[in-house]
Amino acid sequence: MDSWILSIVAFLPLLGAFFILLLPNDHHVSIKHSAWFFSILTFVASLCLLFRFDTVATGMQFVANIPWVSELGISYHVGIDGISLLLVLLTTFLTSIAILSTFSAVEHSHKGFYASLLLLETGMLGVFVTLDLFMFYVFWEVMLIPMYFLIGVWGGQRRVYAAIKFVLFTMVGSLLMLVALLVLYFEYHTIFGEYTFDLLKITGMPLTREMQMWLFAAFGLAFIIKVPMWPFHTWLPDAHVEAPTAGSVILAGVLLKMGAYGFLRFCLPIFPVATFEFMPLISVLAVIGIIYGALVAMVQKDIKSLVAFSSVSHMGFIMLGMMTLNLQGMEGSIIQMINHGISTGALFILVGMIYERRHTRLISEYGGLAGRVPVYSTFFMIVLLSSIGVPGTNGFIGEFTILLGAWSYNKVYAILAASGVIFAACYMLWMYQRVFYGKITNKANEKLTDLTLREKVVLVPLVIMIFWIGFYPKPFFELMEPSVKTIITQVEKGRGMYEANKEARAVQSALDEEAANGNGDDQ
Amino acid sequence: MPQLTAAINLKIIMPELMLLVAAFIILLAAPLTRKRIISPALSLIAVMVSLYFVIVSWNQQETGYFDMVVCDNFCLFCKLIFLLTCGTAVLVSRDYLARRGIDRPEYYALMLISTAGMMVMVSSSNLMVIFLGLEIMSMPLYVLAGFMRSNLKSIESSAKYFFMGAFASAFLLYGIALVYGGTGTTDLRQIFMSSGIALQKSQLYLMIGAAMILIGFAFKIASFPFHMWVPDVYEGAPTPVTAFFSIAPKAAGVAALLRIFMIGFGTVHAEFAPLFWILAFLTMTVGNLLALMQDNVKRMLAYSSIAHAGYLLIAVTAGIDEAISGALFYLLAYGFFNMGAFAILIIIENKSGGSNHIDTFKGLASRHPWLSVFLALFMFSLAGFPPTAGFFGKFYLFSAAIKAGLVWLVVLAVMNSLISVFYYLRPIKAAFFDHPDEDEDIRKPVVGPMVAVALFITISGTLLLGIFPGYILKLATSSVFMIL
Repeated sequence: MDSWILSIVAFLPLLGAFFILLLPNDHHVSIKHSAWFFSILTFVASLCLLFRFDTVATGMQFVANIPWVSELGISYHVGIDGISLLLVLLTTFLTSIAILSTFSAVEHSHKGFYASLLLLETGMLGVFVTLDLFMFYVFWEVMLIPMYFLIGVWGGQRRVYAAIKFVLFTMVGSLLMLVALLVLYFEYHTIFGEYTFDLLKITGMPLTREMQMWLFAAFGLAFIIKVPMWPFHTWLPDAHVEAPTAGSVILAGVLLKMGAYGFLRFCLPIFPVATFEFMPLISVLAVIGIIYGALVAMVQKDIKSLVAFSSVSHMGFIMLGMMTLNLQGMEGSIIQMINHGISTGALFILVGMIYERRHTRLISEYGGLAGRVPVYSTFFMIVLLSSIGVPGTNGFIGEFTILLGAWSYNKVYAILAASGVIFAACYMLWMYQRVFYGKITNKANEKLTDLTLREKVVLVPLVIMIFWIGFYPKPFFELMEPSVKTIITQVEKGRGMYEANKEARAVQSALDEEAANGNGDDQ
Repeated sequence: MPQLTAAINLKIIMPELMLLVAAFIILLAAPLTRKRIISPALSLIAVMVSLYFVIVSWNQQETGYFDMVVCDNFCLFCKLIFLLTCGTAVLVSRDYLARRGIDRPEYYALMLISTAGMMVMVSSSNLMVIFLGLEIMSMPLYVLAGFMRSNLKSIESSAKYFFMGAFASAFLLYGIALVYGGTGTTDLRQIFMSSGIALQKSQLYLMIGAAMILIGFAFKIASFPFHMWVPDVYEGAPTPVTAFFSIAPKAAGVAALLRIFMIGFGTVHAEFAPLFWILAFLTMTVGNLLALMQDNVKRMLAYSSIAHAGYLLIAVTAGIDEAISGALFYLLAYGFFNMGAFAILIIIENKSGGSNHIDTFKGLASRHPWLSVFLALFMFSLAGFPPTAGFFGKFYLFSAAIKAGLVWLVVLAVMNSLISVFYYLRPIKAAFFDHPDEDEDIRKPVVGPMVAVALFITISGTLLLGIFPGYILKLATSSVFMIL
């Protein structure tokens, strides 16, 4: 029974998508409601996972392993640990929220829209639950297709450009990952004489340092683009701004996490030596991303692109935390993935709500909304504070833990990253001030209506999550701790080889220098 | 005399024979009846019967006609591809031909004869018989390309194809002559045996001969730098013929190339590998870059077929067993999704009155959502997205190449797939993202019953080979281990 729940969770949305495709075209209400029904059902099913999850055990749970293409060692292999469980929950939670939030936003081709969203959900869940590298690649790519349509068909002005850019950027990385994956596959065969894509078997296989460096680079590029880290972030603002609200929520809330998850699940455990080698580079990119994202966010005129650039900054925190390779940093990084999903998702939903009413997202079009739409303003304030990371909200827990981890890893990075928090406060509060405070300057805003019941229902769960993680994050940390420790142990195995190599190189260069000096003396 | 009767082994040429018999019945029966449906119906029946004979001879391993004709799983798998292509091409042809008033019985007869030629070509290990098959395949194709007699482009297409084909045949024949001069035989197995112990001088003949043969086939499969004829020929020919062109002769060419270079020139393959490497790389790159600039979907698919020939040449470069089965799998998959893409192009062309500009796809999703979904499926498959046949085909092919140590060629190939994504997404973009022009007539494109069957076959093939490739993979693998 247990082994089936995971497959049910992953494929329920697919079933929903097929069901919706069979409904008649003009039954908008039934299309919407069945989409929501299926997403809620998936969420409930994923809660079952949570209740049956053993928080003490290390290793994968709910494992199912069925041969798929046995000739090539490809199998349908799924299973989750604490980290993937959290991300699965985040996915199912955010998808159902996103679907509910978008009921009034979609204007045409309802069927395609909701079917794409559900297909996307299956793609994302597949990425988080799979333990087979081939299957991982399949889900990773499959997910591009519905997202391409979501941006391209239901997006804003520059949707076509944004959609193709999103696909091409992602594919640059993922195609190289495919090559690396195959190299890994044959390398495993050379060593153990077995063809397999099984992640659990491949993790920990002995690889030379050079091999690890190449493969890490190929895998890492795919993930870095997805995260995205500076300087590969340029697809993100376009895609986020042009995507419809539900698309942005999923994109920011879940899709970006897939990059970070990829590092945690594949790069770190399989290539531990290379992880140490690349650690400085990725940390620097992360810190640059934190500051760069914040600074660019500050000058945005459009609220949605401000939120988009804030994502670049926040994802920098997540990557920095992961690259500390210590318990605090990595746990903070994972909790921050959840936080960012909730807070940024909520921000995109809020921006979408005001956009539906006024059809503009320019900050200059607004001003003085606080008096006109008090409930909306309050929700916005809470979410905004959580995005900044004010104590008592979830953002604080995440960023604080990451900074703790970063401090023991590298103090300069920690200080620079902390400045990102201050910048976040600047751009967020400045934006809030311009949009909500003062007098209403634009006549069009005088007729704004406050949130409807449906919109409140959308926001309340998000706010509950914000405060829950803000005040009592312990259950979340408990859930992930064994898994994080496992990953750290796997990575630490590479430290010996890395240090030995470093020493060898130091000795070598010292010898070279000596030899050079020696030659000099002779002359 | 008894020896002779034993040598004649009718059983192994049954698939070819069935097609030829049907072709002659069509030609004879056509003047007797006015019912147009009889020719496509007969062709389809012939394809089915032929398919039956292919299936029953699986794993039989027989030879006949003094070892001139062989019947191994390799050739049977290829025959499967040809029959699939021929059958679906017949299915999509009727509406197209009827609309243009060229629904003649000869069309179907020629297609069947050409398919029979391909079958002969892949089921022999003798260079002369391979050449014979190649000619039987090519002659009807020259006529088919110019089948729209009143259309200048079609005539141009036919003439170009004929001249290029004649050149290619000349190269091929001269190559065969040189090989014969060097080794004293045209039988591939004997060439292999004698090339190991050959004198240096005859080794030289063998090398030059092999190069000539390679050039001849490079023309046929449209490999760089012998690809120039492709776009014009493909654009001018009737679209169902183009669909047929882009798959079946290519498959036959690749299969013959594999057989010749793996078996006959097995000893010199290593010397040719760098050449294949460069050919593969340039073919896919040139095909993709030129496809990028096309606004005409038919031309785009023509150039993209050059790119696919490049991917297939990777298999020839790799030259290991997995590469051969990879090529076979890819060809079958390619047969499904390329034919599907052409089927949709034909539907659109029928509606738009002959135009296959990308703009005719605009707003298709709002008028015919399912057709657009299928279009998207085929385009994603051509581009190699999972979970389609195109993805698994590429995956398997590339994995074979990596096993053979061609990591950099594969890196270049995946970069090429990236370029191809850009242009394969253009029809999808037009269909889903763009709105139809104001003056565009908003009639729904008509999907006739025969085209619908073709769509059904190609769609199920594309999905099945993508999601559950195991069975076909097994067939493809078992095709390799027993090449006669």
